[in-house]
Amino acid sequence: MRVNNVVGIIYSNSYDFALSELTSLRTMGSVPFGGRYRLIDFALSEMVNSGITKVGVITKSNYRSLMDHLGTGKPWDLARRMNGMFILPPFSNADSHRAYNNRIEALTGTLDFIRNSKEDYVVMCDCNVVCNIDFAKLFNAHLQTGADITIAYHHGKTPGVEPLTFEFDENGRINRAPYTVDNAEDSDYPLNIYVLRRSLLERLINEANSLNYTSFLCDVIGRNIERLKIYGYEATGFVRVVDSLQSYFDISLELLDKDNRKALFHPDRPVFTKVRDNEPAFYALGSSAVNSLVADGCKIYGTVENCILFMDVVIAKNAVVKNSIIMQDSYIGEGARAENVIFDKGVTLKPGKVLCGASDYPVCVGKNITV
Amino acid sequence: MANKTECVAMLLAGGQGSRLGILTKNIAKPAVPYGGKYRIIDFPLSNCVNSGIYTVGVLTQYQPLELNDYIGNGEPWDLDRTQGGVHILSPYQQIKGSEWYKGTANAIYQNINFIDRYDPEYVLVLSGDHIYKMDYSKMISFHKEKQADCTIAMLEVPWEEASRFGLMLVNEDGSISEFEEKPKEPRSNKASMGVYVFTWEKLRRYLIEDENKKDSSNDFGKDVIPAMHSDGQRMFAYQFDGYWKDVGTIGSLWDANLDLLNPKIGLDLSDDSWRIYSRNPSLPPHYVAPAATVQSSMITEGCEIEGHVDFSVLFANVTIEKDALVQYSIIMPGAVIKKGAVVQYSIIAENTVVEENAVVGQCPEDTKPGDWGVAVVGESVRIGKGVHIKANTMTDKDVEPSTAG
Repeated sequence: MRVNNVVGIIYSNSYDFALSELTSLRTMGSVPFGGRYRLIDFALSEMVNSGITKVGVITKSNYRSLMDHLGTGKPWDLARRMNGMFILPPFSNADSHRAYNNRIEALTGTLDFIRNSKEDYVVMCDCNVVCNIDFAKLFNAHLQTGADITIAYHHGKTPGVEPLTFEFDENGRINRAPYTVDNAEDSDYPLNIYVLRRSLLERLINEANSLNYTSFLCDVIGRNIERLKIYGYEATGFVRVVDSLQSYFDISLELLDKDNRKALFHPDRPVFTKVRDNEPAFYALGSSAVNSLVADGCKIYGTVENCILFMDVVIAKNAVVKNSIIMQDSYIGEGARAENVIFDKGVTLKPGKVLCGASDYPVCVGKNITV
Repeated sequence: MANKTECVAMLLAGGQGSRLGILTKNIAKPAVPYGGKYRIIDFPLSNCVNSGIYTVGVLTQYQPLELNDYIGNGEPWDLDRTQGGVHILSPYQQIKGSEWYKGTANAIYQNINFIDRYDPEYVLVLSGDHIYKMDYSKMISFHKEKQADCTIAMLEVPWEEASRFGLMLVNEDGSISEFEEKPKEPRSNKASMGVYVFTWEKLRRYLIEDENKKDSSNDFGKDVIPAMHSDGQRMFAYQFDGYWKDVGTIGSLWDANLDLLNPKIGLDLSDDSWRIYSRNPSLPPHYVAPAATVQSSMITEGCEIEGHVDFSVLFANVTIEKDALVQYSIIMPGAVIKKGAVVQYSIIAENTVVEENAVVGQCPEDTKPGDWGVAVVGESVRIGKGVHIKANTMTDKDVEPSTAG
């Protein structure tokens, strides 16, 4: 079933603080990932692949790079006459000259968008979850259980930010409000992906405002366990939550595993992104590249091992890069050496320089810095 | 009527390209894949846009489905415009009957109405089978400066190859004194690149005159340009320096691809100021496995490399399995080279599968002198396990192990 009766809402700034090294100049949604993508590409592609044609992207701060990436929404077929993509910057009125501070305030700022949509249902999600879920299946599960709200969850090691879990009855209905667990443990943790009726969302936002709630999960969900039918939907496959620089690093390198790539880049549910028309990658005579993902526009003259190279990265002669994530337009000079590093866009490692982190403590170098 | 446009480009893309054999069985020559993620037509189209020409007519006739689909609304080249943009022009039915494009000049003649809508000063006529990067706006400035009626882009070719081209004898002021079509003993090495600028008013008149001549073959090179020349119209040659390659044969298509691996060749696809645009599939970056080796090759999105790749160009979504060896070859989108297979000096077309331990193509050293040539395997063909395909062959049907010679 195609879900064209659903409007999508994506929070682009959620959990920015968890990845402050990479989000100081951008939103969580525009954090580069997987050699050519931005984190928001996953949520957007999941939505359009399931037939959603109207998506609102809520922004808060530093969203210039996000706007640049999204453009008119064309790569996701969201540059449309009917519906399409809507960027929802912070809404401030006469008595609140500031951007929102929590999800309830953010939703309040977008009430207009929600109210003016014609679709009966809303699906909401964040950008810090790397997955490729079939939203049509999630939506169908929502209809079948007759739930008021369906929350997608994943079973695995609980993420570090908001390590919460909940409990279900035998039908999947949530019967205990979210509670904190030790994040080293495996649990059923929520992915902040919700499906509910648009009218219900509107009512819940108004109610949350009058009761001064701040958290959608803990307050709106947590306090309505009895009153509303809230169901869980298990998302399987490659599902990862980016909750720290370390997890960003680990999840990125997990893409070097073929099965993970197959699950995330499913041919029936392609992940769309902005096109950058660069030429294919070039491997010179005498170069060496193993176990790496290499994007177009790269030029490899040196040695690359266990790396993710974004577009237009140059690895000069005799340079050695291992276990690293090198973002677009970065340059590794002749004879330089980097290990366990994350280079943001446009980093230059000068010839002969050596920079090493540890696999459990990668070194991150900020945008356009020359080492 | 559309607003006045200074220059309209007409791109001749109807040719079959019969010398490319099975590669153009189902697609027109301009749609043939080139350089890992492009098709030949991306070059003239990108040149137009980069030169500031935003009104382009693409004349199609032979197997247009794939080409039409590829060009679509022109969005990859920024040619999806309110004013101008890209237009696919196919032969159509008229009150006096319907006819195919009889020749290059007739193709433009049949679309006089299209050009008139834009009321241009100049018309740029291009062909869809050359690989080059060229600023047409400079050529148009030259045309204006010389107050020419027709300007032909020319390139100095090596003397020993000159007899393969249409040549021009050029005076000191750049005007053309004589034409020579593929002469045995060339008197000039200035070859025509198949890029013309015409003053529309003049061209329009000559196209109509040419159409009324019963014995005309309606071709630019054979009829229209000689007629203009003999009438004493102002004909000039515009010199182009840079990489230019006609990819009309299997050998030249293979050469032109491998040229990309040579940094000295003068065709830089990474130049930001003159991008070549193409319609891109949405695919993840390519992956090179721990046991893979890649030397002097170009590889693009979606590929999975577990074997060995030397001096080759790989298109999107190509799989090279473990212990497979690919050398001096062009592997087009979606092809799979299975375990232990060897592909040398070959062109493997889209979605073809080379099964385990099959061998396609031969090194020049391993063949008798004169027998060598690039081996070509057509689209969606299966080369069975252990099958050997010789050099200088074309294979467009599945080859099973038992039927192999």
